[in-house]
Amino acid sequence: MFSEGMLLLVGKGFLETLYMTIVSTIMAYIIGLPVGMLLAVTDKEGIRPSPTINRIVGGIVNVLRSVPFIILLVAVMPITRLITGTTLGSSATVVPLVIAAAPFVARLVESSAKEVDRGVIEASLSMGASTMEVVCKVMLPEAKPSLIVGAAIATTTILSYSAMSGFVGGGGLGNIAINYGYYRSQTDIMLVMVAILVLIVQVIQEIGNFISNKCDKRIR
Amino acid sequence: MSTIPTVEIRNLNKTFGTGDNAVVALDNINLSIYQGEIFGIIGLSGAGKSTLVRCINLLEKPTSGRVLFEGVDITDFTDNQLRKVRQSIGMIFQSFNLLMQRNALDNVCFPLELVGMPRKEAKERVRELLKTVGLADKEKAYPAQLSGGQKQRVAIARALATNPKVLLCDEATSALDPTTTQSILALLKELNKKLGLTIIIITHEMKVIEQICNRVAIIANSRIEEIGTVDEVFRHPKTKAAKKLIFPKGEYVENISGDGKYLRLVFDGSSADRPIIANMVLKCGAPVSIVYANTKNIDGQVFGHMIIKLQDDDEIYRKITTYLEMENITYSEEKDYV
Repeated sequence: MFSEGMLLLVGKGFLETLYMTIVSTIMAYIIGLPVGMLLAVTDKEGIRPSPTINRIVGGIVNVLRSVPFIILLVAVMPITRLITGTTLGSSATVVPLVIAAAPFVARLVESSAKEVDRGVIEASLSMGASTMEVVCKVMLPEAKPSLIVGAAIATTTILSYSAMSGFVGGGGLGNIAINYGYYRSQTDIMLVMVAILVLIVQVIQEIGNFISNKCDKRIR
Repeated sequence: MSTIPTVEIRNLNKTFGTGDNAVVALDNINLSIYQGEIFGIIGLSGAGKSTLVRCINLLEKPTSGRVLFEGVDITDFTDNQLRKVRQSIGMIFQSFNLLMQRNALDNVCFPLELVGMPRKEAKERVRELLKTVGLADKEKAYPAQLSGGQKQRVAIARALATNPKVLLCDEATSALDPTTTQSILALLKELNKKLGLTIIIITHEMKVIEQICNRVAIIANSRIEEIGTVDEVFRHPKTKAAKKLIFPKGEYVENISGDGKYLRLVFDGSSADRPIIANMVLKCGAPVSIVYANTKNIDGQVFGHMIIKLQDDDEIYRKITTYLEMENITYSEEKDYV
């Protein structure tokens, strides 16, 4: 069932999927990490409570998170074209992926940051740490194991979003599954694509858990 | 004692919440703590003592009143100024609050990183500190690998890293077993002697105060009820709050029913081994019943107190009190706390 051409196509799709997932995850974290920390810090139980900032930023995050990805994918097409010059292919998919994933990442980061023991933060404040020092030297390092598990979750979510983008010509394994599996009713190809995606999710999740456990000094 | 207190608190009030939900945590607190003292603040949970200690380094902002550190009013300091002051005020906690993802060495390094000490220099200082607290061989250990007592030692080393003038201890031994508590208290006393470190101890445990404090303040219902040397307050507790803490096994009786007078006798080291009660009964010819008795060891002196019940007879009362005065026994009549 798999000709040489088909194998090449799948190989290319696999790489495209990896490319979209990795680049989108990194960019989602570049935006989501600071936003998540901002949410944790400005929370009313945080070290710099600011209801106004927290409500505004939290509101934007909630709005973006409640838009279904398939709709966001289409809605942001003008922005996508503005940035990448096209709305087709894997690079173009990165734009809606980042817009959808960054708020999700922000919430993940926020919840990890809030898990950090309040007492430890208080102790560092008592030693004269500034807000920035508490964030960089206490909250982030102390939350590291939880942040890594969160990153694995974010990566797998972005991976499944990237497959969805196949519907609008996004490239990658999702695109193959839709074009060959769905439109041409080649069920076997669809199943293989799904199996590969399942495998990638498993691998990412396992790696995440492994690194998280490895770096967590609380376990021993 | 120098004339300027190391820590001075003036008319301090702290209220949480506003309007109908307002809860008064501290009510007009006045305290002066001097260089080299070990000062205890004791009270039951919810008395406001943790809030009070957090007001000293302004982790908690007082609603009104002033906090002075070495004679300087720090109440309205900016965040930047406060950070400098906090480097002179170390603090340790009940739950140790160590950074769980850093080993002992790096935990103690933390405050030195904050002041920008070069890593190499900091490491040397930290090794010295870990030696002082008896953990020279544990620098690579993570908090999860240490016992409670060892964690508190790391916390003490960390609090001392920046050479503070004052060490605040917030229930620092409450999570530790009695033996470990002893060793931590001994360490604190040693640091107090060796470094002239002023130590402020918040606790609900009488034995902590007995063991190492010079002076004590008793806090109840958000107010300081009594303040004085440990000896003085323990021998002659004046307020109900103090008596409740110092004689925890006694029973609080709203109305003592029946006839009779209750006397609390306080013994100091010199009289505890004489048969005071037996002689009293023989000399005065009056039977008494012992309601309660307890002795403690404070600073190497045995002291004890006892509550006796007398017949409600003014003549006997006069005889007995005259005898007690002759024997130099402090006594007080008890009306509601037995």
